[in-house]
Order: sequence, then structure tokens, then C-alpha cells
Amino acid sequence: MIKPVKTKLAGWGNYPVEEGFLFRPDNGRDVLEILQSGLQNNYIAFGMGRSYGDTPLNKQSGVLLTTQLNRILSFDETTGVLECEAGVTFEDIINVFLPRGYFLPVTPGTKYVTLGGAIANDVHGKNHHLDGCVSSFILDFKLMLASGEIIDCSREHNADIFWATVGGIGLTGIIVSARIRLEKVESAYYDVLYEKAPNIERALELFAESDDKYKFSVAWIDCLARGNSLGKSVLMRGNYASAASLRSGTEPLKLKNGPKLAIPFDFPSFALNNLSIKSFNTLYYGVNKNVRKTVYFDSFFYPLDSIYKWNRMYGKKGFVQYQAVFPPEGKEGLIQMLERLSSSNRSSFLAVLKTSGEQNPGLLSFPKKGYTLALDIPIKDESLFTFLHELDELVIRYGGRVYLAKDSELLPEHFAEMYPRLKEFRAIKDRIDPNHIFSSSMARRLGIVEE
Amino acid sequence: MNIVVLGATSGIAQAIATKLAQEGHHLILAGRRMDELEAMSNDLRIRNQVDVYPAHFDALAMDTHEAFVSSCLERFSTLDGVVLAYGYMGDQKESETDMDIVKRTIDTNYTSCVSILNRFASYFEQQKSGFICALSSVAGDRGRQSNYTYGSSKGALSLYLQGLRNRLSSAGVTVLTVKPGFVDTKMTYGQEGMFLVAKPEKVANDIYKAIRSRKSVLYTPFFWRWIMMIIRLIPESIFKKMKL
Repeated sequence: MIKPVKTKLAGWGNYPVEEGFLFRPDNGRDVLEILQSGLQNNYIAFGMGRSYGDTPLNKQSGVLLTTQLNRILSFDETTGVLECEAGVTFEDIINVFLPRGYFLPVTPGTKYVTLGGAIANDVHGKNHHLDGCVSSFILDFKLMLASGEIIDCSREHNADIFWATVGGIGLTGIIVSARIRLEKVESAYYDVLYEKAPNIERALELFAESDDKYKFSVAWIDCLARGNSLGKSVLMRGNYASAASLRSGTEPLKLKNGPKLAIPFDFPSFALNNLSIKSFNTLYYGVNKNVRKTVYFDSFFYPLDSIYKWNRMYGKKGFVQYQAVFPPEGKEGLIQMLERLSSSNRSSFLAVLKTSGEQNPGLLSFPKKGYTLALDIPIKDESLFTFLHELDELVIRYGGRVYLAKDSELLPEHFAEMYPRLKEFRAIKDRIDPNHIFSSSMARRLGIVEE
Repeated sequence: MNIVVLGATSGIAQAIATKLAQEGHHLILAGRRMDELEAMSNDLRIRNQVDVYPAHFDALAMDTHEAFVSSCLERFSTLDGVVLAYGYMGDQKESETDMDIVKRTIDTNYTSCVSILNRFASYFEQQKSGFICALSSVAGDRGRQSNYTYGSSKGALSLYLQGLRNRLSSAGVTVLTVKPGFVDTKMTYGQEGMFLVAKPEKVANDIYKAIRSRKSVLYTPFFWRWIMMIIRLIPESIFKKMKL
């Protein structure tokens, strides 16, 4: 009765592109029917496709599109606790609840993600140093296991499965619904201080001095700058703007519908080269002044969302995102990474530096205390992957790890070193999914699930 | 306005209900699957801050239709419209030998619609206002060998609605016959032979506009009017030899 569509799929980086069988369930009953149909050997959930690599891909096997499973189930106006199906997007949550004075407690750099995907990747944002990952605000969720049974998972109930699912890239089951605590806000605006740092040392100093004063903090970094300017950056740090602080006439919680620019086709591969990126970076550093501004949430959190399909700027071959975290004592690793990037001329259009807070109990959750650097690198040829494997080795040497939501290149042995709790994860997976009904291209590449 | 949606869990009905709630209307979502209807009701109520209630409705249990209309009137003291969005498409080949499938098709798509809409029609006629919107199909415009059992039941529904429109016009009650082409719902997803498939949101927008402008017949998307006109114009002597 339920049929799939055979189709080519890719993550946001357009690399890799793989063919899979896409199912589109309308409700939990459909999900169950698909899992028990025997039509495919295994399945992985696919939401908005904003993770970059092969996290939601399943080559020649089953992919479950979750975007139709998007109903809001309940909302408590007094506590801000929202219960909804896992396919509800962050955009949806903002549109419905920001006008009522509630905002997401944690958000990644795009609002086009589903709640289920956010949990499965345990996403973090500009407030990680104070608030941790999205899982910090997840009270509980319902998980459909391979057997079809739906179980409740929280810190108290099935806690081991809760912490395996948080960051568990969809391999424990299908998240049916979740309860998340939204944050009370007075306005849709942020007071942001823009401040330049001439190099990495100064940027890290500024972070360290002020991390407790600013709820949100991030730095845009020029990866091509060398020598004394290595890590030249613009810091953006801010807090919620109170309703009283806004210019008179501004409706504090009113949503604005800005125009949306869409990239209509893949850019030719020569469009982004060292020269164009260098010019952009120089320009960006140049126009930003040390200034305090009141900024609408959309441009503060989601600057790239206003350019729909911006991934097409990287051309047909796609790009990889590379995000690594280094512990505080591994700062030298971060500096070496910047050096390698600038000297290899592997241009990155956008690089983002953040400080991160303590690690949570998520078995495969990415962030841990220290610094994280995220970059986009266009794929020109295969030599890039050799280079990235070298970066992986550097990351391991300094006690860091790479973020799975953005990965498409890690080797299984590197992955196992970066994520020492992998064994515990495997044990739980084997217990609740003995036949490995849930699998993905990433899971097989990283050796989490055998071929 | 207070509006009843019959068969609210179907793909098109969900899109229509979403559109109606977004426009600030209060709804009764009726169908057989109460868990689904409850989830849908909560979703639309929380998102749009309107009143939305689930209600049990079984099209084929025609002896319950009178009580169903009364229960709607208990819920909302006045009603402004009803959207009938359910239907059943049995397999054509099977229906050529299995009379049970034929009966189920005709009863779902025609007999039960007459049963429930007659009651709403009398209510709106007396009230001298209201609208009836029912989903028929382009398949009802001409019988084809590939699905004439379904097509004939929808064709009968279209004729019934035409008569109802004629009867209710003087009372100021509008009757809208909707003839959707292929719509991207569970019914069509993954099926072969689909073309010009429209998004349910687009179809729902068209239907909402047609209700507001008191239109009589809506083909959605619009080009199906022209496609069906051509198909209707083919002479029977030629049509009967075509493999359609």
C-alpha cells in the first residue's frame, strides 16, 4: 500500500549524492507499516536535509521523510513546554510561538531543521558556553523502536536510550514526538556588540573575558589571514533585547517577513576561488566596525537563511563542512589548524569560531568544553580528502573531535578515537535494534553498523 | 465562520482545514480515526488560536447522519458551511467482478454524500445562508475503462450537487463542486502514471478562494478544466476505441 519513490538524495553540502528509496509517511501508523513491510533492509530518517554529509542518506535502501509528521500536540503557556511531532521545524516553532513571547532555547545557524533532526544531532548554538546543546531543554521524547514499540525516554526513564538517541544520528529509532521547554523572551531582537580582533590570540582572550556576560557569542574568522593576523576575526556577542530598550514604534514580538533571495542554479566552480574569497573576507573585516547594534533575530541567528539554497554557491561538486572542537588545553591544535588552512589555500568562504561549554552525557554528542571552529570548503578534487584526514589526525592529537552533522569524510578508526563512548552506544543499539533495522550511509562508513 | 470538514484526515482535507484555521475559522473535523483527528485538532487550535473539535463520523453508517448533524449544532450553535472531502477509490479490475467493492465505492462516493448533504442542505436552506463544498473528481466527467466505477460514482455526485445548487440558490446557499486533478497526497505518492501533480496547499488555496467568491464549479489546478473539456469533446465513436 505505501510505496517509496526511488530518488537521488544529498545532504546540504551536495556531497555525497546517493540513490535511495524515499518513503513519505503521514503519521506514526504509516511509519510502523513501512518498518514492518520488509520492503527495504533498513531505514534512516530524513528531515529538512540540513545536515551536510551522509548522516540522513541510506544508499540503495530506505529513507523516511519526516516532514509530514509535523503536528503540534500541546503547549503550556505558563511553563513554555511545547510537545510536538518530530517533523515540526524550528521555523514553524518560531512563527507560532515568538509572537506569544517564546523562543527556541538553542538553535543552530539555520531554522530549516526539524526538531527530530535537532535531537538526533544534538545541535548547539551561539549560547553553548552557557546553556549547552538542545538536549538540555528536551524533557522527554517518544521513540519508535525497530520492533514498532513506542517507548518514553527521559533522564529518568530509559535514560540510557535517551542519551544514546541524543546525538545518535537516527540509529536508535524514529523519534515520534518530543517535549521541549521554550524560553520566555520579551522581544524578537538582540543587543549585539560587534568587535574586531586582529588575531586568534586576541579573539580567544575576548571570549574568555566576556563569555559570562554574553548569552550568545560567536566570531567570524578570516581563514586566509596569515602570520601576525592569523585568526583575524569579527566577534559578535549579544543578549536578548528587552522590550523597553527598543526604539519606540517597534512592536517587540512582531514577525517581519523579509524578502527571500534564492540562488537559482549551481554556481560554476570557478566562482568561488581564493581571490573572490579573499576579497570578500577583506571587505567583511573592513566594513565591520566596533559597534553596538540592535538586531532582529533572523539576521542574528540565520544570516544565510535569507539566501534560500545558498549551498548552490559551491557549484555541482558541492562542499564539505568541517567542524572540530578542541579542549582548552588543545588550543595549540586550533592554531595549527588555522595555519594549515591558510597555508594550504583551501579557501573557506565562511569560518566560525565559538567557545563551547561542558560536554553532556550524550554518547555521540559532539560539543565539549573548549573551542570549536567550523568551515565550508568547496570540493575541487579528491586531494581535499587526504588533507581533511590530516586535519582529523591533528584534531585527535589535541584531544578534539569532528561534528557528525557536518561530516562526510571521517575514517572509522579516527571516529572511534574521537568518540570513546562508541562501545556503549553500540551495546545499546544492539540491544534495542538487534537486526539493525536502522542504518545509514554514515553509520556504515564509520563502522557503527557493519556493511 | 463555523465549518464542518467531513473526512478531515485525507491529504486534501488536511490542507483545506489548515487553510480554514489560518483564516480564523472554527472547525469540526469529522472522520473515523479519532486519534488522528484529535492530533490534527490540537495542532490547528494551538497554531491558529481558533476552536477546533474532533468528531466521529462514519459515512457508511447513514442511520447516524441525523444525529451527527445535531451534534455539530450542539457544538456550534450555528453552522456556516460544510466541506465534504472523503471518498473511496477501489481497484477497477477487482470491481468488475466484486460487487462488494462496487457497492462500497458507490455508497461512499454517492449514497452517503446524498444522505449527509441532504441534512445540511435543509439546515442551510432554513437559515438562508451557508455553503456546501464537496470534492468530486475529474474522473466523473467522462467514463473511462481505467476507473469508471469510481468515475461513475463521482459523476453521480457531480450531478447531485448540480441539482442541489439549483434548489438552494434562491435561499442564498452556495454549492461548490470541486474537481481536483492529481494532488500530491498519500493516494498518489509513489504511484506510476502521475503527471501535473499539484501541491495540496495550492489546491486548498484555490478551494478557499472559490468558496469565498461563491463559485459553482472549480477545476483545480485550473488547467484541468481545459484538459477535461478536450476529453469530453472527443466523439464517442473515437473515444470508445481509445485506451484511457
